[in-house]
Amino acid sequence: MQRIGVFVCWCGTNIAGTVDIDQVKQAAEKIPGVVNVQDYQYMCSEVGQNLIKNAIKEQKLDRVVIASCSPRMHEATFRKAAKSAGLNPYLVEIANIREQCSWVHKNKEEATEKAIALVRAAVAKATLNTELVPGEIGVEPRALEIGGGIAGIQTALDIAEAGYKVDIIEKTPSIGGKMAQIDKTFPTLDCSACILTPKMVDASTHPNINLYTYSEVEAVQGYVGNFEVTIRQKARSVNADKCTGCGICTDKCPSKKAESEFDEGLRKRGAIYIPFPQAVPNVPVIDREECLKFKTGKCGLCERVCPSGAIEFNQEDTLVTQKYGAIVVATGYDLINLDKFGEYPYTEHPDVITSLEFERLTSAAGPTAGKFLRPSNGNKPKKVVFVQCVGSRDKSSRGKTYCSKICCMYTAKHAMLIKEKYPEIEVYVFYIDVRTPGKNFDEFQRRAVEEYGVNYIKGMVGKVFPEGDKLQVHGVDALSSETLIIDADMVVLAAATKAKDDAQELGRKLSISTDANNFFTEAHPKLRPVETHSAGIYLAGACQGPKDIPETVAQSSAAAAKAIGLLNKGKLVNNPCVSQVDEQICSGCLACTKMCPYEAISSQVIEVKEQGKIVKKTVAHVNEALCQGCGGCTVTCRAGALDLKGFMNRQILAEVDAICL
Amino acid sequence: MSLENKQISSENTSNFKPLIVAFCCNWCSYAGADLAGTSRLNYPANVKIIKVPCSCRVNPNFVLRAFQRGADGVVIAGCHPGDCHYTSGNYYTRRRFTLMKNLLEYVGLEPERFKVDWISAGEGNKFAAVMNEALEQVHKLGPNRKLRDARWKR
Repeated sequence: MQRIGVFVCWCGTNIAGTVDIDQVKQAAEKIPGVVNVQDYQYMCSEVGQNLIKNAIKEQKLDRVVIASCSPRMHEATFRKAAKSAGLNPYLVEIANIREQCSWVHKNKEEATEKAIALVRAAVAKATLNTELVPGEIGVEPRALEIGGGIAGIQTALDIAEAGYKVDIIEKTPSIGGKMAQIDKTFPTLDCSACILTPKMVDASTHPNINLYTYSEVEAVQGYVGNFEVTIRQKARSVNADKCTGCGICTDKCPSKKAESEFDEGLRKRGAIYIPFPQAVPNVPVIDREECLKFKTGKCGLCERVCPSGAIEFNQEDTLVTQKYGAIVVATGYDLINLDKFGEYPYTEHPDVITSLEFERLTSAAGPTAGKFLRPSNGNKPKKVVFVQCVGSRDKSSRGKTYCSKICCMYTAKHAMLIKEKYPEIEVYVFYIDVRTPGKNFDEFQRRAVEEYGVNYIKGMVGKVFPEGDKLQVHGVDALSSETLIIDADMVVLAAATKAKDDAQELGRKLSISTDANNFFTEAHPKLRPVETHSAGIYLAGACQGPKDIPETVAQSSAAAAKAIGLLNKGKLVNNPCVSQVDEQICSGCLACTKMCPYEAISSQVIEVKEQGKIVKKTVAHVNEALCQGCGGCTVTCRAGALDLKGFMNRQILAEVDAICL
Repeated sequence: MSLENKQISSENTSNFKPLIVAFCCNWCSYAGADLAGTSRLNYPANVKIIKVPCSCRVNPNFVLRAFQRGADGVVIAGCHPGDCHYTSGNYYTRRRFTLMKNLLEYVGLEPERFKVDWISAGEGNKFAAVMNEALEQVHKLGPNRKLRDARWKR
């Protein structure tokens, strides 16, 4: 027979006010196996904990039930106390008589009765508890950064500075991301390239950082501390070790039809190209869909002109498999497709552009060398209309319900950039609301209105009609209910941000979840903002939700701190409440292996004695390091060979029985 | 009026104290129940909660056992579809207990006695509402006599 101790906490009047502690004690004393019942005002206090520790030692208790607040609150505290008194911490059970009893019920009699039932259930479960010992797993001292934008670069630099190796995987040929495309940053109007490019160089030259550009995540296996990631390095067709980045090949390339991704299609690029002059690494890549050599077999000019013999047409994708302790996801965002927004002739008219195209148009390194000119005819515009919330805060299926967060600020920035260079251009901004919380943000937007004379109009644009070489913008001023028609030369659309199209696919590979908008979900919106539900995988930047650069960098450093904390541990303790297989009962159907979301169950062949003979038998095998303890397999198992430690079938049934008494 | 009917009516009217067993997943619904507590929301004391790591840990067997032991209603609560802490556990719950509900109906138990719902850690309100609703249903139906084992008459 077990020797169970029951400890009833008053929690001041939180419990004692609604639950009759004496009655609970009396009822507990009558439960078979209970040898010691005590109460105290605050069981979690040092005095309370000592009460438990002493009772364990003096009364030789082998199970402890604490009737107190939620186990989410103090289970860890009481387990630690039990451990220090020499009792296996998994022999402690909590009866939640505060959050789930005294706080939700007013009738003292009913609440007391329920508290007794909950104590009875906890004792019934504790009676069947077994000693559990968590295993230890090592941690690979290397981190993986998925995405090479500002979030990825910042996280990688922080982790590398802490002394751990970091690999950055970037899908495009260069790191830098969206920030590299931006001309100036709000609210300081400092040059984006001037603050980003040094960081890009730092990342590429840091001894602890290794770049995999033009690469993608192929597969992810393993678990916290021991991820095994297969990286697909796409064929660059250029040997990065031989290439000196002289750029002769990109100049000579006869195919100049492809649209430059970096310049948002406002400039053409060759089939062999370096995305932008400050690209890291400064190694060109051949776009095989555009290259004449790949399309027709003729050409190969770049190979002939390359002074270092770096062109390799026969390169193939390579797969690299590497072990990592932690993974940080920083894949960023995109702007939504504006095909469905027929009221703005974005797809038809070259003078209707997105905000990101505007960045390239004002950038000194952009297609117009920083001169703000109309893409249609190269003339200087006289009137420019900005439209905010194109697809943001839009409940219809073509848009996004959320606020894209950055548009109010960058539109104010764009308006100011125009006014600074060309004060004579008239600038109009159509907005639903101006949302500018943030340090020095509201002041910035007000400056656009008060100092630069930007015309802010509350209201939406109904339609934009191209007429002659003008764009007739029909809108409504919601404050005066006046209909406005502006004969604009250019219209800039603040298109909504969206999660990357392949976010879900990557999420599936990593076993992390995405929300309704495909942004990755954090473990807790307030208290665990950079962690995911999968241990060892962290989030940074706009892949988790729309964010500006300061927020992204802050979150990146936070994710780095979490990753460093994990890598620094060296060893991890895993959850001992994992599934176990009764090999004698297991029929080897392996239905459990298909159900397990962590691929923790595999098959193994064991030798068993059957009627005096040794025969081979296939059974399921649980990898305890991979198993997260959901217990789904136990239900899948028809033979009942699988059970979950800490939540065994007989334990839960005992709880049911005790509650139903 | 037959003897059986008399029993039912007496149980229905006077001192019928229903019992509802709620299986709550550790990450969402149990936390939601805690939030109902911290928000001091009220729901009847007849609801008693058993914590499981994930709603997919609940074996249909547990539900049958609860009914057999005299529970008048059973609720299984998990994370919202798509939000499972274990990625896909609650999808299994959804499928398994759709079948289970059919089975219970087939053996003659009122389907209203059994319910699967999704309650997140932030939905203390919903937790209280779901429990109140379940209890209201059971009150309408009266005691579970169909699956209750005679020995376990409360």
